[in-house]
Amino acid sequence: MATYVAPVPQIAAHKVDRESRGWTSWITTTDHKKIGIMYLVTTFVFFILGGTEALLMRLQLGAPENTLINPQTYNELFTMHGTTMIFLFVVPVWAGFANYFLPLMIGARDMAFPRMNALSYWLLLAGGIVFYASIFWTPPSAGWVSYPPLSSIAFSPSGGQDAWIYLIHLTGLSSILGAVNFYATIANMRARGMSWGRLPLFVWTVLVYSILIIFAMPVIAGAVTLLLTDRHFGTHFYDPTQGGSQMLWQNMFWFFGHPEVYIMILPGFGMVSEILPVFAKKPVFGYKAIATSSVTIAFLAFLVWAHHMFTAPIPLVVLAFVMMSSYLIAVPTGVKIFNWIGTLWSGSIEYSTALLFCVGFIAIFLIGGISGVFLAVFPVDWQLNESYFVVAHIHFVLMGGAVFTVFAAVYYWFPKMTGRLMSETLGKLSFWLMFWGFLFTFLIQHVIGLDGMPRRVYEYPNVGNLALYNLISTIGAFILALGILVTIINAARSVKVGAIAGPDPWKANTLEWFTTSPPAVNNFDEIPVIRSVEPMKDFRREIERRTGQRIEQVPVPAGSGEAAASSL
Amino acid sequence: MRPASLLAAPGLAVAMLLVSAPGAFAFITPEAGGSPNANSIDTLYKLVLYIAAVVFVVVEGALGYACWKFSAKRNKVATQTHGHTGLEIGWTLGAVAIVIILAVATLLKLGSIRNPPNSGAEAAASTTSVSGALYAETERKLPPNKKALEIEVIGRQYIWQYVYPGGAKNGLGAPYSYEQMVVPTHTTVLLKAVSMDVVHSWWIPELGGKIQVVPGYANYTWFKIEKPGLYRGQCANICGQGHARMIASVRAVPPAQYEEWIAKRTQEISEANVEAATQRSKLEAGSGTGRVLNP
Ligand code: HEM
Ligand SMILES: [Cu+2]
Ligand SMILES: [Cu+2]
Repeated sequence: MATYVAPVPQIAAHKVDRESRGWTSWITTTDHKKIGIMYLVTTFVFFILGGTEALLMRLQLGAPENTLINPQTYNELFTMHGTTMIFLFVVPVWAGFANYFLPLMIGARDMAFPRMNALSYWLLLAGGIVFYASIFWTPPSAGWVSYPPLSSIAFSPSGGQDAWIYLIHLTGLSSILGAVNFYATIANMRARGMSWGRLPLFVWTVLVYSILIIFAMPVIAGAVTLLLTDRHFGTHFYDPTQGGSQMLWQNMFWFFGHPEVYIMILPGFGMVSEILPVFAKKPVFGYKAIATSSVTIAFLAFLVWAHHMFTAPIPLVVLAFVMMSSYLIAVPTGVKIFNWIGTLWSGSIEYSTALLFCVGFIAIFLIGGISGVFLAVFPVDWQLNESYFVVAHIHFVLMGGAVFTVFAAVYYWFPKMTGRLMSETLGKLSFWLMFWGFLFTFLIQHVIGLDGMPRRVYEYPNVGNLALYNLISTIGAFILALGILVTIINAARSVKVGAIAGPDPWKANTLEWFTTSPPAVNNFDEIPVIRSVEPMKDFRREIERRTGQRIEQVPVPAGSGEAAASSL
Repeated sequence: MRPASLLAAPGLAVAMLLVSAPGAFAFITPEAGGSPNANSIDTLYKLVLYIAAVVFVVVEGALGYACWKFSAKRNKVATQTHGHTGLEIGWTLGAVAIVIILAVATLLKLGSIRNPPNSGAEAAASTTSVSGALYAETERKLPPNKKALEIEVIGRQYIWQYVYPGGAKNGLGAPYSYEQMVVPTHTTVLLKAVSMDVVHSWWIPELGGKIQVVPGYANYTWFKIEKPGLYRGQCANICGQGHARMIASVRAVPPAQYEEWIAKRTQEISEANVEAATQRSKLEAGSGTGRVLNP
């Protein structure tokens, strides 16, 4: 069933402790791979919760003047959905992948601070539980941006808003500890010979992701702390009737909020830059440009926050400045897209599911980038801001963008994590359902916004074509959800029955493929010396050179990868 | 179903949509037609749209072509290139050039979007001289002749209130209305928006962009309507449970009719005030405390 022949194991680990088993081994673990898997499982559970909330909202909006869901519940749903997707799915899912793969990719045996690593995970889980516990009382309902005074005690007296604040605190702390750990690991634990210019591009983006988190997260942590003291301890930071300022919140929130969108998308960029060369069978086009543009984006990301506030009472010079910086940040982002197309160009592209998700991502993300340019033209944004056009934009960059790259990562790395391949047939089915489902759901939302429908409304009147457009969007959402379900089934099935992957099923370029699948506890017996950005290519060439003549007659039996792995 | 062709299909569909009839074109442009600022935004939007359409077709086209042409079936052996400095510098500069064009276009169009024009000759007589900036109002733009009709928009959960010029010097007794604003045609109307509680956002799509209505701040916009008619909108910033029902409309009527309406409204309100005053004094006399808390 797998279209890939089980490959030959090239190098296997030997001097390894027996792996501890049972549930206690999970809750006490400091192994970056186990922590990574716990991250991934947890964040996907939250993805399913957030997706369910999205489907409920789309059901409500399927017909005009629908009464399925009441206004309060609708407000709770979009607040839970947005918050879940951002703080409990996309940001930590990258921490999960980075946990598992970053040490492997740079030839390290674990993260720099393994216990702190475990703490990051448990803080994330605690944040998620505190937040979701609020559904047994009153969930928060002021949106994921929680602007005061709506989020103040006077207008949101319920503890749900406090649960939201604690979620930000706990997941923020989790992210900061994780980021410090990634940074320290990358800076200190690379294999011999892995200079900055030989760092895999995914690792480059995790580095930038970490730097952005370290600078941005403390700002939101401060902002929500002030909100907390306003709510419960009699301060008035955001209360205009007592000399406070609502704009303080907007500025602090978006100073964090814009870097946050790059925190969510950059590792995805890195993922695409890893996967495309493997399946196009040629080196990435413009390694330096891609790495440099990530760093440029990180810097510019701190200068554009006010483009989320174009309609707020702020001076024109600020608007003009932020428009210019927003245009500037579009340049490195655009450059990356060209580089990816350059990578595909004159390659020999093998259409694996992982590659399809990457190509689908480029196609969709380009549209999200273009709609972003519309929003950066501030007078145009005066029309589009807070309308469905913005809902379309965020989903083009986050759902069609970040989440498609997450799925690419799942298909690409699943064999390494489980030792088994996922079904390519189900994978492709899932991709096409998601791709078309996505376009059906969100393309039309640009038009809904241009027709004057604001976001965060639980109902709309039956005027013009609004009813039809919204119905299309709702149907699309269910097709999209079906596609996601197919991947979940695929993963659940493949863990048990997938074809044995062997150490390097894709003939990939980076070090994580230089060990068994799944890797032994110590990752590598011997850490090789790195000579280029594509060490596996060097090893393959070397092995061919040394063993070519000797074993050329011996046909390799399929499944020998498993044999090597079980001989440990 | 070849992957590449499936991928190219949506691109083609959108491209065809762009070049098809102007009717279909309106489908992907913002609402406009009520006021010159809305029309200027629409023009600027279309300029961005043309550039975007070209970029879209070129880039999606290149992607689709690469996916088709260089599939393993068609191209057995990959060419091992690492990059091309000239090409990379080229497309970076290309992107920068587009960005500069957009910035220049925006700054050129900005005037007609932000700065209100003078009222027409037929404007309402009650158009008053507006005073210049006092403090913290540097963002408030006036028409060249400093004459306009100034209306205060007050946002509160979940209804819009409008206060028109008139009444006593201290601002009391000014005519007001809820939900529907009545304005004269051919007249430049300046809006000053404030909030009584949470953040709202004022938005009548055909009359221009929206402005956030933030408690503790004043925000400004304007419109000038030529065609009598009803222009609809609603609050665009989440403000609580009733957000979706916080609707607004602007009814534009000929100036004479506006003067009539405002006179009638002033009269109604002062009558109601007198009535309320008598009721209150009766109540006070009856209650014995001489004061009514929270009337
Ligand atoms: C599974 C497919 C998804 C569907 C069908 C979906 C649908 C929706 C809907 C219906 C809304 C509410 C719109 C409104 O009333 O204003 C919404 C809001 C939002 N979504 Fe999604 N969504 C999906 C995935 C995602 C993902 C993956 C992310 C982010 C990583 C995301 C981020 C957001 C955000 C930030 C908001 C705004 C929340 C707010 O208004 O406070 N969504 N989505
Ligand atoms: Cu932003
Ligand atoms: Cu509202």
